[in-house]
Amino acid sequence: MAERTLVEAINLALARAMAEDSRVVILGEDVGRDGGVFRVTEGLLGRFGGERVLDTPLAEAAIAGVSVGLAAQGFRPVAEIQFMGFAYSTIDQLLNHASRLRTRTRGRLSCPMVLRTPCGGGIHAPEHHSESGEACFTNIPGLRVVVPSSPRRAYGLLLAAIRDPDPVVFLEPTRIYRALREEVADSGEAMPLDRTFTLREGRDVTLVGWGAVTLDLLTAAERLAADGIEAEVLDVATLVPLDAERILASVEKTGRCVICHEAPLSAGFGAEIAARLAGPGLYSLLAPVERVAGYDTVMPLPRLERSYLPSVERILAGARRALSHA
Amino acid sequence: MPKRSIAQFAVDYTQYLAPDGRALGPLPSFAEDAANLIPLYRSMVLTRAFDAKAIALQRTGRLGTFASSLGQEAVGIGAASAMLADDVLVPSFRDQAAQLWRGVSPLELLLYWGGDERGSDFAGPREDFPIAVPVASHAPHAAGAALAFKLRRERRAVLCILGDGATSKGDFYEALNLAGAWHLPLVILINNNQWAISVPRSAQSAAETLAQKAIAAGVPGEQLDGNDVLAVRERVAAALARAREGGGASLVEAVTYRLDDHTTADDARRYRDDAEVSRHWENDPVARLRAHLVARGVWSRAEEENVLAETAAEVDKAAEAYLATAPQPVEAMFDYLFAKLPPATLAEREEAVAEGKRRG
Repeated sequence: MAERTLVEAINLALARAMAEDSRVVILGEDVGRDGGVFRVTEGLLGRFGGERVLDTPLAEAAIAGVSVGLAAQGFRPVAEIQFMGFAYSTIDQLLNHASRLRTRTRGRLSCPMVLRTPCGGGIHAPEHHSESGEACFTNIPGLRVVVPSSPRRAYGLLLAAIRDPDPVVFLEPTRIYRALREEVADSGEAMPLDRTFTLREGRDVTLVGWGAVTLDLLTAAERLAADGIEAEVLDVATLVPLDAERILASVEKTGRCVICHEAPLSAGFGAEIAARLAGPGLYSLLAPVERVAGYDTVMPLPRLERSYLPSVERILAGARRALSHA
Repeated sequence: MPKRSIAQFAVDYTQYLAPDGRALGPLPSFAEDAANLIPLYRSMVLTRAFDAKAIALQRTGRLGTFASSLGQEAVGIGAASAMLADDVLVPSFRDQAAQLWRGVSPLELLLYWGGDERGSDFAGPREDFPIAVPVASHAPHAAGAALAFKLRRERRAVLCILGDGATSKGDFYEALNLAGAWHLPLVILINNNQWAISVPRSAQSAAETLAQKAIAAGVPGEQLDGNDVLAVRERVAAALARAREGGGASLVEAVTYRLDDHTTADDARRYRDDAEVSRHWENDPVARLRAHLVARGVWSRAEEENVLAETAAEVDKAAEAYLATAPQPVEAMFDYLFAKLPPATLAEREEAVAEGKRRG
């Protein structure tokens, strides 16, 4: 089995989906000849041709809106937006149209599209290239929001997203595009789009996050293990619909929870998880829920981004605060 | 010579009938037999009757906010009658004329404007898009549907209708530009009714015509008299035929006038003179076509009374059926959110159903 990066795994899933379903088309800026600015669509133009891999004019709202029209006509468009900072102009299309076409027409038309975009910081990218805007999408009913955190999960979740009959926003953490390799079989097997994954089992504290920070959570868990503390690490993976049951079950066992995300703290998606813990999970809690997140500031330029992003040290501090309650 | 002209552009204007119905020259072939024009006239009258009924229902608290198309009936009927059945319409919120011609029923339209999503599940043109309320954001959908036709090599075209205000938005230009670059079978029709709520056409854009926005996108653009149903039909048909045959996208600007308020929630007297509106009544598209039919000897007073009675009865019947339609069950708001409702939302659905039962 081949070891692949997350970029390669996504490329593999795209190729697989295109080979098995002629309705799947890719569209976006520089996705064809250039293979995408992160090379995610490399080789697909040559393999599938210019009617399946479309280099669009430089117009993000049109990329999303054309995808809505294609999807309503029975295609399965996979749109790429080059960077998170350019994805915000697609929110009108996602919120007002893609997510509600099925509802608005009582099922007469539907919108099976995927909108892929890189997200997150940590690669010293220019301004507007490092944000984590997932919470801008998670408050849109009718839209699934997925963030993979490993090559294998990226492959399985993207296949699921493309095959799903409804719109999916697929956020790809740039920090781990090439940071790790994993064996990925081109099995064609999708992963469920409603599942929180357990990356490490433990009974003392639950560390929950998604995307690139899951690697930091695993590192933190290793460090805690050296001190005899067993941390359970959860990868939410699909933010909407949220597998709250898995998180609640974990906290029922550990009694303590640290939620981690790169996006700003306030009204970040971690707040939703905290609310679930404060509701149905309240009597499981032995300590206040800890949130370790980006600050409520504008995402800084690269020289300060390390200070902005949640670090292993901040995660450990959060875990120790949670563990300090008897 | 340091400077020279490298490109020239012109915008054509088409009009067949004078406001008094008189032919200004040779008519398009479909109008040679005046009997062919009677269905157009009847549908324009039906649209007007529908609008009047909808407003009456709204004024008496039985319909939601409604956007009348008074004075613009020739735009929708002319354009929709130029479409083939398997073309696709991507309408705006003032396009009931086109929708009625396409086979959306008055009952379905009333259901939509009365606040019931089933009104967009029309039995007639199943692939037509629902009414788009956000301005111009439906233009990219039309380009997407046109791309679908092109990729499947189907000889079909998409007609997208939007207003003069919509041409100020980026979505309009993004869609038109992309449709031009990709030679998509798309026609964007501008219903230039001179007013975007309170902002007049002159304040909307410094462009001399809205049709010339096509030039920047590299597609044909033309203007026509939107109160002349013959001009609308003939020019939109030509654009759609060109689109179906691989000739690419185009932009058509229909110059008309919004005789009514923007919607029932608006009071146009706050920003425009009654005198201006009265002047434009002299350009009424329904009266123009009627005068033309009368002059050509195919329309009598009896036929006029008959069509008025028929269309009034049709909208009355639709209104009765609308008022007799029970609201959807509470769970309907959940049942079309996804193809299959996620378990987490299933619990909310049960809560809403129980709450609905409790309230009776």
